[in-house]
Amino acid sequence: MSLLRRLGEKSWETPGAEAYREPDSYRPAAATVGVYVYFGVATVIFTLIAAAYLARMGLPAAMEHGAGADWRAMPEPPLLWINSGILVLSSLAWEAARRLARRGEIGRMQAATLAGGGLGLLFLAGQLLLWWHYQTAGYFLSANPANAFFYLLTALHGLHLAGGIAAGVRALGQPGDAGRAARNVRLCAVYWHYLLLVWVLLAGLLVMT
Amino acid sequence: MATTIADDLTPMHHPRTWVGKYVWSQDHKVIAIQYSVTAIAIGLVALVLSVLMRLQLGFPGVFPWIQPENYLQYVSMHGMIMVVYLLTALLLGGFGNYMIPLMIGARDMVFPFVNMLSYWVYLLSVLVLVAGFFVPGGPTGAGWTLYPPQAISEGTPGSQWGIVTMLVSLAIFIVAFTMGGLNYVTTVLQARTRGMTLMRMPLTVWGIFIASIMGLLAFPALFVAAIMMLLDHVAGASFFMPSMMSMGQATDTLGGSPILFQHLFWFFGHPEVYIVALPAFGIVSDLISVHARKNIFGYRMMVWAIVIIGGLSFIVWAHHMYVSGMNPYFGFFFATSTLIIAIPTAIKVYNWLLTLWRGDIHLRVPMLFALAFLFTFIHGGLSGLFLGNVSVDVPLSDTFFVVGHFHMVMGVSPILVIFGAIYHWYPKIAGRMWNQALAQVHFWVTFLGVYAIYLPMHYLGVLGVPRRYYALGETSFIPESAHLANQAISIAAIVVFAAQFLFFYNMIWSLFRGPKAGPNPWGAASLEWQTPDTPPRHGNWGAKLPTVYRWAYDYSVPHAPRDFIPQDEPHPKDTAP
Repeated sequence: MSLLRRLGEKSWETPGAEAYREPDSYRPAAATVGVYVYFGVATVIFTLIAAAYLARMGLPAAMEHGAGADWRAMPEPPLLWINSGILVLSSLAWEAARRLARRGEIGRMQAATLAGGGLGLLFLAGQLLLWWHYQTAGYFLSANPANAFFYLLTALHGLHLAGGIAAGVRALGQPGDAGRAARNVRLCAVYWHYLLLVWVLLAGLLVMT
Repeated sequence: MATTIADDLTPMHHPRTWVGKYVWSQDHKVIAIQYSVTAIAIGLVALVLSVLMRLQLGFPGVFPWIQPENYLQYVSMHGMIMVVYLLTALLLGGFGNYMIPLMIGARDMVFPFVNMLSYWVYLLSVLVLVAGFFVPGGPTGAGWTLYPPQAISEGTPGSQWGIVTMLVSLAIFIVAFTMGGLNYVTTVLQARTRGMTLMRMPLTVWGIFIASIMGLLAFPALFVAAIMMLLDHVAGASFFMPSMMSMGQATDTLGGSPILFQHLFWFFGHPEVYIVALPAFGIVSDLISVHARKNIFGYRMMVWAIVIIGGLSFIVWAHHMYVSGMNPYFGFFFATSTLIIAIPTAIKVYNWLLTLWRGDIHLRVPMLFALAFLFTFIHGGLSGLFLGNVSVDVPLSDTFFVVGHFHMVMGVSPILVIFGAIYHWYPKIAGRMWNQALAQVHFWVTFLGVYAIYLPMHYLGVLGVPRRYYALGETSFIPESAHLANQAISIAAIVVFAAQFLFFYNMIWSLFRGPKAGPNPWGAASLEWQTPDTPPRHGNWGAKLPTVYRWAYDYSVPHAPRDFIPQDEPHPKDTAP
């Protein structure tokens, strides 16, 4: 039933027998709904920071000195691209796990999940290395708003990824219920792709500006 | 993991120990009560703060221990606690948790463990907030809006530690709310019982549902703003901090934008008004319908209005910023969108009135509070039309007119609904009735009292009396009558404050001594009154989930044996299972 038709339903009339089906038979699982609703939350968080980023970029440093903008973009070391590549590989591994889960090949699904999670950890380590790299080069958070935004965005994105890895570990840790584990792995994969998309857009924002 | 849909009860965790049942409980009803008690407790702190403010405003100089910085701290903590930690937590964490599963025919929330976690994280946020009272320098005195640069600049009370506890507490609260909100939204979408279509849900559920979606999309703005301000304060970033002189010294901040914070704050702050108002709208619709023994007038319009108000409230935020120096075209856009919200809101008000029209009105206490809400809400809504216009808002900005307006519309109105709702559902929650006489006294003192408090504030505002001032002092444009009004307001505030203890006394008294309530004392049709046990037990519905055959508003149906038909009663010729 489309949303508009549902909202147009005449509440005081008797709907057909359709309304009395067992809800379990046609609704997506709660976890699926929950993850998609959470995408809305995360999208707002990252969109607002991106909007603040763009707004802050254009501001003059100080009114009275007539100084130019205080915004100095950060350099883009090769590590940024290496990390991005690792995240893409990780997403591919999760995608493999998702497809294997759908086909019910639980053993291979577990392997692919471990690969996806491991690559995810590698990405997080790479991001920490990137932070350290910037720190040693003098790009401190307090030095420049561009730096501050970079640390803020990567930290929030990394926290989301860490949550995804934790959920993946938890999904694998339900050996008794293969169907449930498979569904949760599929959800983790979708979540991971979402975070890859966020990263591509964020990295694009960081590189383009 | 518990399941919530199927009739099979075996997967449900039935806690065996007292601690599992009442402390680390995953039962939505226990969590709701935990949320409510915590919210009311911290709300009492905010209530006391408001009395302290009134003491100072009504009788300046009489209480030497209230210093200017204390006054600002009272203002700030009162505002933030009332809006976020009391109203949001009580309406969504409290009523949302209790009502959603019962009203849609579910056994529990879909993620009971996350739900439990949500409460404990909320409690943590409250404890961090309270810690602000005990850190060096006391809590923040930056106003509840926490505008930078002053919120984190020297000279503002609590600018060292108080602001940190406030921002950290808000961030924790938002994490807690997100866990709760995901639960409320997903439960409504996913766990409705057989026959409970979206358009058969009681309006209470609709209000809480849309408010939860809005909270999920609006609180991130506050989260982002709080984190960025924390980084400004403790890590030396300059997101919001401009280059400026502080105490005669140039600060080492550079180029940040305080206006950026205002945009983020109000992108949360305005939807927040409706996060509080929509559950109240929903609840009041149900109270009026039950106690007027009539179906709600224009049910579908009521649902659509809730949805439209929820959507529109995301594009009006800058009407809180008319005096921030914005482009006039920008102001024109936000004034227009603000005034458009009056249309769905007016539809709701007319529908409430038309529900009452020729109804079989029972003036019981919940109904009295619902009717009082109509008064205060129309009143606060109309003064909102003034403030929504840029040219009228500019002279009235930051005066007591604003204080009167928002207290009427989003302070008093939701609180009256909360009182009505507690009086209405307490017989289900505790299985006992209240003392009616005490409840009547509580109602009349509160209702007339809030008018005595907030009506004169509009007059003060038109005179130009500014808000957030510790004392008015010798100011030529403020006549003697303003001081007199301030005294009268303070006395009324103290009376209303005292009357609230009747409410608490009554609540505790009736918990032990109140006459036993039957399963459905008001003769209500919605599902929560049809539970096999009162109060409902863990799992809510016994062996089999109910099936819903009709909407929640079959009151005074011609030729029916009673003047209401419960939602789970089949139609005589219904062929459904």
